[in-house]
Amino acid sequence: MSIDVKATPERVQADSDILISVENLHVWFELKKWGFSHVGWVRAVDNVTFQLKRGEAIAIVGESGCGKSSLMKTLLLLNRPHKGSVFFEGQDISNIKGKALKWYRSQVGYVQQDPYGALPPFMPVHRILEEPLIINGVKDKHERDERIRQALQEVALTPVEDFLNKYPHMLSGGQQQRVVIARAMILEPKLLVADEPVSMLDASVRVEILRLLRKLQEEHNLSVMYITHDLSTVRFFSERIFVMYAGKLVEQTHIEELLNNPLHPYTKALLTGTSVPDAANATHLKEVPPGEPPSLVNPPNGCRFHPRCAHAIAGVCDVKEPLHFEPVPGHFVNCWLYEDGRTSFPE
Amino acid sequence: MNLNQFRDITRYPSAIAGLIIIFILIGISVYTIFALPYNETVVKWRGGDMVWQDNPRTAPPTWTNYFRSKKLPETLIFRSTDAGIDKQRTPLKDDLTDVYMAFQFDYTADDFPQEIILFFDSTFEQKAPYISLTWITPDGRKINIGDFSIEKTYTRRISQDEKLTKKLDGQPAEIGLFADPNSDVLQPLKGTYTLEVAGLTFEPGSDFDVKTVIYGKVFGLAGTDHLRRDLLLALLWGTPVALAFGLIAAVATSVLTMIIAAAGTWYGGWVDSLIQRITEINMMLPVLPILIMVGVFYSRSLWVILGVVIVLSIFSASIKSYRSIFMQEREAGYIQAAKSYGAGNGRIIFLYLIPRIIPILIPSLVVLIPSFVFLEASLAVLGLGDPLMPTWGKIIDDARTNGALYKGLYYWVLEPSFMLMLTGFSFAMLGFALDRIFNPRLRGM
Repeated sequence: MSIDVKATPERVQADSDILISVENLHVWFELKKWGFSHVGWVRAVDNVTFQLKRGEAIAIVGESGCGKSSLMKTLLLLNRPHKGSVFFEGQDISNIKGKALKWYRSQVGYVQQDPYGALPPFMPVHRILEEPLIINGVKDKHERDERIRQALQEVALTPVEDFLNKYPHMLSGGQQQRVVIARAMILEPKLLVADEPVSMLDASVRVEILRLLRKLQEEHNLSVMYITHDLSTVRFFSERIFVMYAGKLVEQTHIEELLNNPLHPYTKALLTGTSVPDAANATHLKEVPPGEPPSLVNPPNGCRFHPRCAHAIAGVCDVKEPLHFEPVPGHFVNCWLYEDGRTSFPE
Repeated sequence: MNLNQFRDITRYPSAIAGLIIIFILIGISVYTIFALPYNETVVKWRGGDMVWQDNPRTAPPTWTNYFRSKKLPETLIFRSTDAGIDKQRTPLKDDLTDVYMAFQFDYTADDFPQEIILFFDSTFEQKAPYISLTWITPDGRKINIGDFSIEKTYTRRISQDEKLTKKLDGQPAEIGLFADPNSDVLQPLKGTYTLEVAGLTFEPGSDFDVKTVIYGKVFGLAGTDHLRRDLLLALLWGTPVALAFGLIAAVATSVLTMIIAAAGTWYGGWVDSLIQRITEINMMLPVLPILIMVGVFYSRSLWVILGVVIVLSIFSASIKSYRSIFMQEREAGYIQAAKSYGAGNGRIIFLYLIPRIIPILIPSLVVLIPSFVFLEASLAVLGLGDPLMPTWGKIIDDARTNGALYKGLYYWVLEPSFMLMLTGFSFAMLGFALDRIFNPRLRGM
């Protein structure tokens, strides 16, 4: 597969290690009036840059509407970038079409949030798993059957015969999600994009599904992009965590570091908001930032979090966009609080 | 969609009844197509008097006698060539030959026949045979009902013989010959009648044959129309025509509508806008006047009309309702997933979007069939029926133009109407049951 790439020396050097590289990615949706006149842009993802190594799992957290799903859909090329580029194994995939697109899609698996909605209700399981194989040119019926069985075994839907002819509505939520994962894995992708894969499942099944994803990631040396708004599930298998707010990445670091030392006021708020089953929680209310996430059409000037931020510095946060600081090595944050070199959240 | 759902039909007795009627209609169609070939039927239906001369005019079906206190007569036909008829030839002097035959029959009906006609066939060179007819009533009266010479083919309409009418006290022959002279009211005398046909031939080898038809007032299973045609033929042929028209129109419009709606919704943009605008314009167009114009100015062929109906019905209101469903489905997780593993547009439309709508499509398609059957009948009633094919609508049209209801010939209108209603009824019952099976939300309603 050869795609015309504007390769820079750095990128070529990094090729072997880095699977996906997102550079200044903007995902904007045009707002139109009467179907043609331009009104404005919804800045769902605004100037996001990050890299994902082979075999690495990252988590993207943020509340609903922060742009994490748009980011994910852009990586799946269900949306196209407005500006910026996405490099996959060093090749710019932002505008690929036809065969290249088909090839790229076979390299990326997609696990969705709602397992029931993600499975066509009118197809039995074997047919659901066969579809990606047919589309991607596995012509031999025998080979397809073999791969379907293998995929079902991998997601522990055994005995396989019991599931092959079942329709999605005959399966439990956990089993449905396993079928979704099997479908995502059947083309042996290099990257798995999991969009809140456990948020619709019973608490009892969540751990199993997360363990399954972890196992697959390790066995296949998969890169995983795990999208969630639930910090309590993050630590199960992601190494790095990205916090997203209103279309921007506001904090990136390793999971332990983030949980122990959250730097961005928004991350701090997210962590506070995460429920821990503790009787004490029943008696007092936690402090959460007031207000709603900002409009993505007319985001606030400066830091997009400043209207809700208790620590906002007047004259700075509401004027200038925060720069990328690294107060602790390997821990990046976009917040003016760290301009002075402090290394932990101000009490 | 699960094919097992079709088995649920057994839980709806109305659906089973509907299915049975549909299968009977299909059986009739198959029988008709094989037993009464199309070309022969068309020729026969338009054949006129030569084909239909033995049938009475506008006679109700025979079985209506079961519901009458006064039984109507059936048609009696006697031929000189029939097995039981003794044709006596007695040579007289010279080349003169006396030919004699007698037709004897029992008359038991409570009403008079419709008409009496004798059809003669004769062979001669110069001199035509001379015939003399004698009518013998059950009470022994002998009435001479005509002396005449015949041609090679000759039709003697006794009912229109004015001399005979005078002789019978002003009654036309079919009444005068059968009337009971001892009764105060006009009623036929029951018993054994004899018609004697005596003839003289004047040449060696000269001979004649005669067919006597005493037309009844009831006929066959379905009765006859004003041209003595057997309505059964038209009712039978109407079945496959109606089913084919309804089925083809319903399937073609539903399927095409569905595909267009799916494609429009999927591609969106100007494709969708174009389809929506065409639909809106088409919904404003009056279908019936357009069909009438096509019928008047272009062609009344059933298949041309069918094509126009399909074209006009594709961009119908159902595009809008299908579109609203597809709009929801388009955002469904499994469509996104299909895109993410590389499914193409065609595959998504046909294998992902459309199967979702089939549960809604099947019941509406079944209910749609009779509406097209009715449309075809309406066009025929408006005089735009196929010029060749006998159809249910055309029977109604004939009945209307010949004042059937005014004359009290209800069977003429009721029979095709019954077939139409039966068709509509059966498909509606099946369709409603299918609707409940495929759309479980309706079950409680």
